Parts: sequence; C-alpha cells; structure tokens
Amino acid sequence: MDFLIFKAPMLMVQASLDGILLGILFALIAYGMALQWGVMNIINIAQGDLVILGGYIAYTMYLAGIHPAWGVIVSPIIMYFVGVLLYKLVINKVVDRDLFISILATFGIAIVFQQLMNFIFGADVVVAQSEYGTTMLFDNSVTLPNSKIFSAFISVLYAVALVIYMKKSRLGRAIRATAQNARAAKILGVDTEKVYAATFGINAALCGIAGALISITLTLHPYVGLPYTVRSFMIVIVAGLGNLPAVALSGMGLGLFEEFADYILGTEFRIGAVFMLLVFILVYRRFKLSKKREYLK
Amino acid sequence: MMKQKDLILYSGLIILGLAAPYLFSAFKVQLTYLCVLIVLAMTWNLQGGEMGYNTFGNILFYGLGMYLTASVQVGMFFPLAEWTESGGEKTFVHTTAQYFQGIGVGLLVSAIIPAIIAGAIGYAILGLRGHYFAICTLGLGIAAGEIAGGIEIIGAGQGFTTPPFPAEIVDTEARGKFFYFLSFALLIGTFVFVKYIYGSRFKLILNAIRDNEDKAEAMGIQTMKYKITGWMCSAFFCGLAGGIMGGLIGYIDSTDVAFDGREMGVFMVLMAILGGKGTLWGPVIGATLFHFFKEGLWTLILGWQYVALGVLIVVIVIYFPEGLMGWLREKYPERFGEVIDEKDRKAQVELK
Repeated sequence: MDFLIFKAPMLMVQASLDGILLGILFALIAYGMALQWGVMNIINIAQGDLVILGGYIAYTMYLAGIHPAWGVIVSPIIMYFVGVLLYKLVINKVVDRDLFISILATFGIAIVFQQLMNFIFGADVVVAQSEYGTTMLFDNSVTLPNSKIFSAFISVLYAVALVIYMKKSRLGRAIRATAQNARAAKILGVDTEKVYAATFGINAALCGIAGALISITLTLHPYVGLPYTVRSFMIVIVAGLGNLPAVALSGMGLGLFEEFADYILGTEFRIGAVFMLLVFILVYRRFKLSKKREYLK
Repeated sequence: MMKQKDLILYSGLIILGLAAPYLFSAFKVQLTYLCVLIVLAMTWNLQGGEMGYNTFGNILFYGLGMYLTASVQVGMFFPLAEWTESGGEKTFVHTTAQYFQGIGVGLLVSAIIPAIIAGAIGYAILGLRGHYFAICTLGLGIAAGEIAGGIEIIGAGQGFTTPPFPAEIVDTEARGKFFYFLSFALLIGTFVFVKYIYGSRFKLILNAIRDNEDKAEAMGIQTMKYKITGWMCSAFFCGLAGGIMGGLIGYIDSTDVAFDGREMGVFMVLMAILGGKGTLWGPVIGATLFHFFKEGLWTLILGWQYVALGVLIVVIVIYFPEGLMGWLREKYPERFGEVIDEKDRKAQVELK
C-alpha cells in the first residue's frame, strides 16, 4: 500500500488523465463485446486475444518500416476477415446454444490464438514506437504521451463512425433488427446468417483498431488477452447492452480505477485488482438484483 | 446391499490401483497425476454436471490447498519468510518425522480452509446465475493467481520450493510410492463420497437446482444452503488434491502451477464434459481418456500442445457437449435403465 498519490495532487492529475485516455480505448473494445452479445447472444472470451492479434498486425507493419499508426486502417480490414472466418469455422455452431458453450468454445479459441501468436511473434513484450513525443502539462509535472491522446481521438472517431453506420446503413439496420428479434427479422427477409457473420467481423475489426492503438500506447504480449476480455465484459455489465454513452463512461471509470489501483496497490497487483473488481461488480449486481421482488414465470 | 457385479468391479479396480505402482513402476508420477485429475473432474462434476453451475473457480481451492500445505509444512518447523527467500530451502532441512508430520497437518489444513472459504464466499458468489457465475469464478481464479504472485511471504513471483522428500529414506522408489498411495487414497475417498451423494436426496436436490432453480425454490427447497454445501464439498477435495500435487511437483509458481487456469482449470472442465457431465463414471472415464491422450500426444507434438488443447476444447464442446456417457446413453438407453416407449417416440417425432 502506498498513499503517495494522495499527498501529491499532480500525481492525481497524471493518473486521472492516463486513466481516462486508457478508458476510452477499453470502451471501444467493450462496444464490440456489447455488439456481439446483444446480437448473437454469445460471450466471447477470445475478445482480448483478437485485440492482441490486431496489435501484432500493427507491430508487423512497424517492423516492416511502415509507421504503426497506419495499423488503425490496415488492422481492422484484416481482422474483419479473421472474424468472418472464425464465425464460419466455430461461432456459427454456438450462436443458438447455451451461453456456457460459447464461453468454453471461445476459451478454446483463445488458447489457440495465444499459442499461435507465441509461435509467430515470440514471447517477448514488444511495443511499436510511434515517436509522437510527449506533451508536458502544469510546469512539466504531468507528462502525457501524444500517442495516448492520438489513440483516444481515433477511438472516439471510430466509435462515432460506427454509431452512424449502425443507424443509417442497410446492414446496420439489419443488425439492429436481428438483435431485437432474430426470428421476425428472418421472416422479413433478413439473412441472419450473413448478419451474424458481419457482426462478428465488425467486432473483430473493432478489436483490430483497439489492438493497433494498444501496440503504440501500451505493450503487447501473447498472453495478456484475457484481462482485455474481462475489462470489456465488466464495462458491458455495468453499462448494459447498447447504451453507448454509458459504455464510454464506464470505460473511463475503469481506466481511472486501474490507474489509481496501480499507484496505491503497486503495479504487480494491477491485473489482480481488475479481476477482483469484476468479482465485486458481479456480486454487487447479484445483491442488487436479489432485492427485487421475484415471481415464478 | 451392493450387487455382486459391482463388488467384483470395485474390488478389481482397487486391486489394480494398489498393484499399479509395482506393475508400471516407471509411471508412478503419471499415475499420481491421473488420480488427482480424476478427483478434480469428479468434484467439478458436482458443480457443473449436477448443480448446473459451470465453475472455472475450483482451481482457486486447488491452488489454495497447494500453498497451504507447503506453508504449513514449512511454517511448523522453520520461519516461512526465510524459507521462501532465495535458497532458503537449502539452509533448513526437514527430518523424516518432521516431513511427514508437516505434510499430514498441512493436508488437513488444506482441506478445511478451502472448504471454509467456499462457505464464506458461497453466499455471494453462488447467487449469480449462468454465465455470470462462470465469468465470476474465472475472475476469482485468475485474481487469486495474480494476488498470490505479489505476496512476498509465499515466494511472490519467484515461486515457492516445497520441502524435499527426506533424504534419510534411501529407497529411491519411496517418494513416488508415497505420493501415489496418498493420491489413490484421496481418489477412493472422493469416489466413495461422490457415490454416496449419488444415492442420496442431496443429489436430487442438486439436480432440481440445475433443471429449474426457481421452481426448486418454490417447492420449498432452500437452494442456497444446498448450493453452498455442494461447493464446500468440492473445495474440500480440491484443496487436498492441490496439497498432494504441490508436494509431488516440488515447486509452486503462482500462475503456472497453483492457480493454473490455463491448464488445470480448463482440464477439469474438459475432462468432465468429455466423459459426460452429470454421471458418476463419466468424469472418471473422461479424466482417464484425457490423461492418456495428453501423455501420448504431448511429447509427439511438442510446442503445439496448447494449440491441440484449444482445438480439442472447441471440438468437444461443439460436437460432444453430452460427452461419452451421454453418447452411450443415446445409443443404448436400455443399459442405463431407461425404457423407451416406441409409440410415444413416434408421436414425438411426428409432432416435430
């Protein structure tokens, strides 16, 4: 335990800014999670591994001499097809079934992804240098990497674009119709199979963007996918499905929590704190729900 | 009374189990693993199969048991903090008596404390339903691993070397035999206990909770009480299994050995599903098959084993969700004491 942060107000500003910028990135991943959960009723444990895979695509570009920021355009395109392929191979068989089956099946996918990434990219912690420099605030007492500001900006941009796309386009409307009532949508001529494939593809593309941003702001490692899954799961539970402002807000809240936990508990407990928060949120939710009057349907 | 056929089967299995370390002397460690895997699969089956609460969290009790046994075994005679500092295990040496006393008390503690913890957190955690429960327990297991990896007194990130087998015993086979018989005794204990549950009202209540918890509650069953009891039973045996495993492996790492969600945590779910959840023999068969498959294939596909594991999970979950016993049951319903009314079945088919 270290309470230095409460004695130095500048550290607090630093942690808050870091947390909010990071939280926006988490919200983007959570948005993808909410999308597939709402439309297909599956929980994707491999979400975080899709993020990391997207990050490695940007990292590969960086190794090839291209600026990794271009990854935010290339990575989602590749990841869209990865997502569609994954849907055709596995996900379409778990869509209408018990949620636990989707959890276990995607857990299997996550293990495969982790190991394949370990083979291809090695087990080292890597980071793609964006060389954007840092911004100094408040007499140089708060340092803010420009890459973080860039990543938050890109996240917001993509999120807004996606919301408009979901509202206006034909596919967006089909996705929303399927989410409301898959059977009715089918009767009205929506090819739900295609909608599901596209939804999973879009989710993977979102993960690709987030991954590319993570490759320049944080670090990549084949086995760090699960925390991202858990973070997005948490944000979705707190915010609810399909409530975008709430997703953004709870994303930022999570970011703040993590940065403060990092300062107070120490970096070695950071991931542990995230998982404990998950447990607390679920337990809190359980007690809140149990207060409601129940009746037998 | 036990039927004669059963009697022959069980006595045959016990004799086989007792003779195994002498027959397959080179595979004692593997046989110990097998016993522990069967115990884990059977206890998982109590939650996932009978109660319908698919948990990833039993690894929590397994890891706790591992740390508790080792800590007690060391802490009874030597200062724990100095032991876990680098090279501490070389300064302090357990005598034979100390070693066995330590492991005995340690195992006792590692059975009781996880059961108490399961009871304490049970009310909060078991109130969650379905996938929320699954994700929550997954989080618990990983959080425990991450937190254990930050605590200095149990070795933090660098691990915890469990006391080595006393050097005064010259028989080189003794260590393997000791752990094998320990785990075999645990296996028999677990099997007898689970079989007892299978014949009791408790199992029917668990099944009622699985099939429809609200209705079970409406029937006047205090579901929470039974859910917590079931979880405590699992925790008891998982803790023991962990304690034995810690002694056998000889080294505890927070995320790779103790709270090993990526291996043991998944294995226990997979084995129970492979064999058929919700049956007495399913997890036993599933664990045995899985262990043979794993040991046979692991070395052949070195480096690719996790890819194979992931693919195996996907295939089993998608194509064999009912497992081996479920498949047999579908194929030979008479063997399972089910009578199928042909007329009724035809009517059902026509209705569809």
